Amino acid sequence: MNMNRRFFITLTGAAAVAWESVLAGAPEASPNYKVADHWWAMLIDVDKCIGCGNCVRACAAENNVPEGFFRTWVERYQVDDQHMEEPIVDSPNGGRDGFPARPGTLPASVKEFFVPKLCNHCADSPCTQVCPVGATFTTPDGVVLVDEKYCLGCRYCIQACPYGCRFIHPEKNVAQKCTLCYHRITKGLTTACCEACPTSSRMLADLKNPNDPIHEFMKKHSVQVLKPQMATGAKAFYANLDGAVR
Amino acid sequence: MNRFKDAEHLVRVAGVFLLGITLFLCFRAWFVPKSFGQYGHYRADSITEIAALPVIHAGHETCETCHADVLEIKKAGKHAGVNCEACHGPQGKHAEDPSSIKPALPDTAVLCARCHEANTAKPKWFPAVVSAEHSQGLPCNTCHTPHSPHIGDKK
Amino acid sequence: MHNFIYPNEIDLQWSILIVLYPFLTGLVAGAFILASLERVFRVEAVKPTYRLALLTALSFLLVAPLPLQLHLGHPERSLEMYLTPHRSSAMAMFGFVYLWYLMVVLVLEIWLDYRRDIVLLSRSSTGFLRVIYKIMTLGSDNISERALHIDERVGWVITIIGIPSAFLLHGYVGFIFGSIKANPWWSSPLMPVVFIFSAMVSGIAAVMLLYMALTKLRGFAVSVECVDAIATYLFYIFIVDFSLEMLDLIHRIYEADESFRSLDFMVHTSLWIPHVIVQILLGTLTPILLLGVTQVVKLAVPVRKRIYAIAGCLTLVGIFAMRWNVVIGGQLFSKSLLGYTTYKLQLGSREGLGTAIVLTLMPLGILYVLAKLLPPWQQHETT
Repeated sequence: MNMNRRFFITLTGAAAVAWESVLAGAPEASPNYKVADHWWAMLIDVDKCIGCGNCVRACAAENNVPEGFFRTWVERYQVDDQHMEEPIVDSPNGGRDGFPARPGTLPASVKEFFVPKLCNHCADSPCTQVCPVGATFTTPDGVVLVDEKYCLGCRYCIQACPYGCRFIHPEKNVAQKCTLCYHRITKGLTTACCEACPTSSRMLADLKNPNDPIHEFMKKHSVQVLKPQMATGAKAFYANLDGAVR
Repeated sequence: MNRFKDAEHLVRVAGVFLLGITLFLCFRAWFVPKSFGQYGHYRADSITEIAALPVIHAGHETCETCHADVLEIKKAGKHAGVNCEACHGPQGKHAEDPSSIKPALPDTAVLCARCHEANTAKPKWFPAVVSAEHSQGLPCNTCHTPHSPHIGDKK
Repeated sequence: MHNFIYPNEIDLQWSILIVLYPFLTGLVAGAFILASLERVFRVEAVKPTYRLALLTALSFLLVAPLPLQLHLGHPERSLEMYLTPHRSSAMAMFGFVYLWYLMVVLVLEIWLDYRRDIVLLSRSSTGFLRVIYKIMTLGSDNISERALHIDERVGWVITIIGIPSAFLLHGYVGFIFGSIKANPWWSSPLMPVVFIFSAMVSGIAAVMLLYMALTKLRGFAVSVECVDAIATYLFYIFIVDFSLEMLDLIHRIYEADESFRSLDFMVHTSLWIPHVIVQILLGTLTPILLLGVTQVVKLAVPVRKRIYAIAGCLTLVGIFAMRWNVVIGGQLFSKSLLGYTTYKLQLGSREGLGTAIVLTLMPLGILYVLAKLLPPWQQHETT
């Protein structure tokens, strides 16, 4: 009975309309989306990440990521006060299966935390700069994508990415990376990793949207990007990021 | 005239080169994809192709249109900020065909530990337990209701 | 040592074939520069190697794009490099630099230099060969004094253009690596310069060895003045090359930036044998010392020749090791600077050792055919 009621609503109500528009596909089919109105970024609050691996699993399911490769992953850092430059880092299976607990308690001088990683969707991305044929590019709304029908598989972009975000798809033989769930964000949805993150450690942000919470967030937190010395215009902004993170 | 005669072979070479360049330009005009260069140095159609990829996670707004009752329970509890698919997994197929594709019920013994198993790297504010000590192997939903887990809260 | 690499870094992206590519183009550039010594600077002593150097350069250049092609995930899409070259990509320029160098510089210079022979051969030969030579004349058999004089003048201009082109061909290969800011082992403005000088070293050594070996095989006497002159050039250019590499190394050690600890560990472990032992000690210092001895001490001719042969072989080994250490070495450490991976050289796969060996020997086969078609030997050789 209950099920029938839900089924009925799905077919007739708002859900059907919402889902129809979600499935409608191409951006021109959803006329509300204009590339010029957006400039996408990602906010990551390191203090909120619990290392559950939900983002890695959701990303793999959403984007059909091949086994052993990662469009997003989580790293666990262990930093000793006296050895800031030599953190102990691990990321078993990219954090996809979570992290095994280390036994015992931490010494007073040691701290541990998780750091989620994904493509930084750099505004001055070194990967698109080096692509010899224009198979990877930054979209007008600020997302770095790979054209799988055009990629040569020369791997120069993988060499040029300072963050290790790209890989060669073992069957397709083309470069792959995080698309910031471009097929979702152009339909008004958030990314799969943000959708699945239980603590809102990740938040998709639109820098061109004056009402986006990112502006308030940036005011309240000191925010950093990974490897700022690379000057890539990275748009994955980290709050509460430790200096030991590479 | 005589001058040209002795350099004639060079003109022939130039001809071969010109022919090559012309052929290349024709070839190029023919083979470069039509949408290439529309926005920048890439195939504009590839943006459309990527945007048209299938959506696997339905998104909590879609879930909530039918499961308003669960939303009500969840909203009052500790898991208010946790989206449906964080625990139930991707449900795009279910949203597409709710009557015939039913999501599997997650096993709380596995599911809850993913987040709430104690780990020294977890932030201090996050509630975590050593499940072996906390529940001795009992499934979590023996005591907690996942949609509003705090014991004593309204279910 | 604790070891962490980013999860996507498990696979090495560029294999032995990408090691081979700068090695082969280096031989091309070096051989051409040796040839242009005779042409532009009128060094008479190296004349016996002029045509051989040109044909060697052409043979290696014809093979140079093959390792790249075989390495691509989608070889069938490689023409996109010509159709939609991305201006900001160093690699996109490859196609054009390559074509320019192949067609405008090498083929044209060889054609002009050989035109008289081609016309004469098209008259004297028969059958299929005659057709080939006829095509090569492009239908013009004018070998009048004046026409040949024009060829000589044009050829000289092409050589003048060819020298910067050779620098460009190989300097840009260095730039492909040197311009990657994400990789501290590569990122250096010295990279293109080091590549050019090491290219000259390897090309000169290769032509010297080929000249000595082929002349011996054909039963003629090796011109001592010629190999002496080549060895002198090799010695001095090698010193410049080595100084540049040491400058890079000392600079890295003294600056000791954030990547130093990671790279230093790599050089002392996985790169110890290929870098320190093979490249620096065996492939650079030993040939420099050997060649230095021939410059300082007056040795008997057979001893000199033997030393040249040994030094030449060691040079090629050293330069190959240098390419290996740049390409493979640059991928052995994680960009997190916290860990290392290893390169597993396969034997039979598409990008394996077997392919690399075939591709290295292929230019010699092409050179054999070219030398049959367009004999590079001088008429008045002594036995």
